[in-house]
Amino acid sequence: MAYTPNPPQVVREMLGSMGLRDINELFIDIPEELHLNRELDLGESLSELELRKKMNELARKNVSIDDCPCFLGAGAYDHYIPAVVEHVLSRSEFVTAYTPYQAELSQGVLQSIFEYQSMICSLTGMEVCNASMLDGGSSLAEACSLAVDATRRKKILAAGTINPRYLKVLHTYAHGKGIEVATIPDHDGLFDADEMIKMIDKDTAAAVIQFPNFYGFLEPEIEKIEAAVHKVKGLLIIAVDPISLGILKSPADWGADIAVGEGQSLGNPLSFGGPYLGFFAANKKLMRRVPGRLVGETKDLDGKRAFVLTLQAREQHIRREKASSNICSNEALCALAAAVYLSIVGPKGLRSIAVRCHELACYARSRLQDAGFSLYQVPFFKEFPVRLSDPLAANSALLKEGIIGGYELGDALLFAFTEKRTKKEIDKMVDVLKGVQA
Amino acid sequence: MSKLIFERSVPGSSAFSLPEGDVPSVELQDSLQGFLRESDPPLPEVSEVEVVRHFTELSTKAFGVDSGMYPLGSCTMKYNPKINEWAARLPGIAGLHPDQPEETVQGALELMYELEQMLCEITGMNRYTLQPASGAHGEMTGASLIKAYHEQRQDFRRKKMVVPDSSHGTNPATAHMLGFELVEVRSNERGLVDVDDLCSLMSDEIAGLMLTNPNTLGLFEEEILEISKVVHEAGGLLYYDGANLNAVMGVARPGDMGFDIVHLNLHKTFGTPHGGGGPGAGPVGVKEFLVDLLPIPLVGKKDGQYCLDYDVPHSIGKVQSFYGNFGVMAKAYAYIKALGGKGIREACRHAVLNANYLRHNLSDFYEITYDRLCKHEFVASAVRQKKECGVTALDVAKRLIDYGYHPPTIYFPLIVDEGLMIEPTETETKERLDGFIEAMQEIAKEAKENPELVKEAPTNAPIRRVDEVTAARRPILKWK
Ligand SMILES: Cc1ncc(COP(=O)(O)O)c(C=O)c1O
Repeated sequence: MAYTPNPPQVVREMLGSMGLRDINELFIDIPEELHLNRELDLGESLSELELRKKMNELARKNVSIDDCPCFLGAGAYDHYIPAVVEHVLSRSEFVTAYTPYQAELSQGVLQSIFEYQSMICSLTGMEVCNASMLDGGSSLAEACSLAVDATRRKKILAAGTINPRYLKVLHTYAHGKGIEVATIPDHDGLFDADEMIKMIDKDTAAAVIQFPNFYGFLEPEIEKIEAAVHKVKGLLIIAVDPISLGILKSPADWGADIAVGEGQSLGNPLSFGGPYLGFFAANKKLMRRVPGRLVGETKDLDGKRAFVLTLQAREQHIRREKASSNICSNEALCALAAAVYLSIVGPKGLRSIAVRCHELACYARSRLQDAGFSLYQVPFFKEFPVRLSDPLAANSALLKEGIIGGYELGDALLFAFTEKRTKKEIDKMVDVLKGVQA
Repeated sequence: MSKLIFERSVPGSSAFSLPEGDVPSVELQDSLQGFLRESDPPLPEVSEVEVVRHFTELSTKAFGVDSGMYPLGSCTMKYNPKINEWAARLPGIAGLHPDQPEETVQGALELMYELEQMLCEITGMNRYTLQPASGAHGEMTGASLIKAYHEQRQDFRRKKMVVPDSSHGTNPATAHMLGFELVEVRSNERGLVDVDDLCSLMSDEIAGLMLTNPNTLGLFEEEILEISKVVHEAGGLLYYDGANLNAVMGVARPGDMGFDIVHLNLHKTFGTPHGGGGPGAGPVGVKEFLVDLLPIPLVGKKDGQYCLDYDVPHSIGKVQSFYGNFGVMAKAYAYIKALGGKGIREACRHAVLNANYLRHNLSDFYEITYDRLCKHEFVASAVRQKKECGVTALDVAKRLIDYGYHPPTIYFPLIVDEGLMIEPTETETKERLDGFIEAMQEIAKEAKENPELVKEAPTNAPIRRVDEVTAARRPILKWK
């Protein structure tokens, strides 16, 4: 396939009009010794028919969540995606547009981002939300970086129950910027709040908590942390699962200054880890420090409501090294998916999804408890770990029965329950586990 | 003016239902006591048909490559092949959880493995991480590698990063994020890195030089081998911002030019759509001596099986939670497979041809600051129009909207006054290019004869120019 539309005689005509004969004359500014002078070794070009076959072949070498019920979560979730989401995301005016620099030509993109920002504010209770970050982990890291800049302090206290991958990303960003990250140890699935409170002092830029935490548990001491960190004028950062916000208290309810998280659950496919949607929301005081694009409402010359990229003095293309972040491209299309998803499910639908996830998880837990498995006695939302003598063997046994099992934690498997799971699937999963453990 | 989706809300409307539950219901007040929110979040309540109409209406107020020519300089807005969209949506591609057992994702790992090899071949590098999710994210990864490299050698003095005065904003912003002190190297009268100035900046405090080649003026850095020598002799590393790779792919390779680290923008060079701002993907390639520092995991192959390899001794860690924007990788993979080695070079040649054709035909009407052979893009300027008729680059851009074109990138790079950075890409026909030339000529004429018309533009768009000052002074960032 070639996607270059000009046939050879047109190319010759264009060259001729510039007084050139050979297209290679356009490359004489590249020093002779740098010319590759051979064809790249990438194989022959494929026709669309061959390409379709090739991609189908690759796809068929994978087992997809369409083939097997999936109990994996740990930061990426198999929630249902309504057909309308995919439909809107196939509108090529959205798909093939660039960042909406030119407002007059981009009102559709700008308005959809404005609606997305509004919806994330509704969910989190925060006052400002940006147009998206690269994923949940980088969003958390950027929140810490903002806290360090805003407080002019260097120390971040992170709960040990935060998704370990987020912590890894945070450490990479922190090392670059010279931020100190202290991870607070955890016991039995919850971080040691007393320890965190002991460590909070005048050098603390922020305390960071995930809710529900990585193990699916609900941290019970957020109020105490909030009071302690705000007392020293540090910030409270909370990472949340947006689906949980259908029923659970929002970051604003807990007094958070910044709310971040992974928005993949909101209408974006699992896609082996990306593209995902980092969301980033903050209170109004931090507005002028927020990283990335912000869409604002304004008027055009005729007084008509219009939307535009705003507060750009924070951004790299204006401020260069003084920008609040280096982010340029974001995950706009994933944010659009989230906006369409939330429009479709609405407040009642989101609540019903959250409740169903929780009910399925509660059912699974009671079945596992009845079967004598070792479980933590801690409130959870849609995910919890099950201690097993041989988690790897358990996952293999599940796979043999056509079930994608849990996330391996060492001595346990972490199981997630989305609204797509059924009683029958859970019963089967529990039975297989019983067989392995016996 | 479109209503906001919130303004379409009718309480009680709904577009969603779950199957009947078959597990016992739960008393939330018991199981989640103390954790429950008091009321539902204020989201809109809209029926399915109205949601579809709403977003369809918004789509008609957006402009993509499929709508028309999009010569947005530095962004490489080429046509996005539709078969790739189909491929990325296959259940065996989109329906994979990142933590599935390796034996259930062999196809996905094979795709990543092969993509890495193809990117190595195209750029002359030894290994790639596919983890960064955008160009700037790739820069952040690359700058972390530079920092880690010097630290590993116990060389803690190297605190300065050099970027050209023509560099993209993400370069200095990234260097600053990594704690580097910024040093700008001047462009010379030919629009290229001033090598004498570069030499004078070199010292044992230099960590590296971040360079785009061809640079943001669309000009090939002809002295790149000398530049490479200067930086390396000073002990620094050479970083390639691959935003402009479309201009040289298949013809020359950054690896052969002396670059140690390269980031690519799959969403520019390799035909994946930009989604109204993202997602993109910014893989980072390195030479052998930096492989041990790459983010974890890499994609490996053991006994004929593909695997995720966490054994990277001095890894800088992770920059994204999983393995990068896999859906975007699938599209780029399909793109490269479709073109093959020959097609990649053809795409590059046509991109350069189209840019030079436009430059050649516009130079009678607009000043072209560096009017000589360019690569995939060039920077025209409206200085003449501004001086003679008070018409600015912004005005020209806005008037282009009335003629049905997406405007070029304006006021970048910063070293050109009233800059209009034009990148047609290889996927425009001569007819389209001629139409664009005609529109630009017409606008130059209008600027002389009827400047108000240009300054008032656009008049043929969903809205007129917007009040950006009030937007920034009294920001409204969400629906009340
Ligand atoms: C020269 C250059 N460098 C870096 C970037 C940043 O890339 P991204 O938007 O993918 O972060 C861009 C994007 O416009 C660019 O043009």
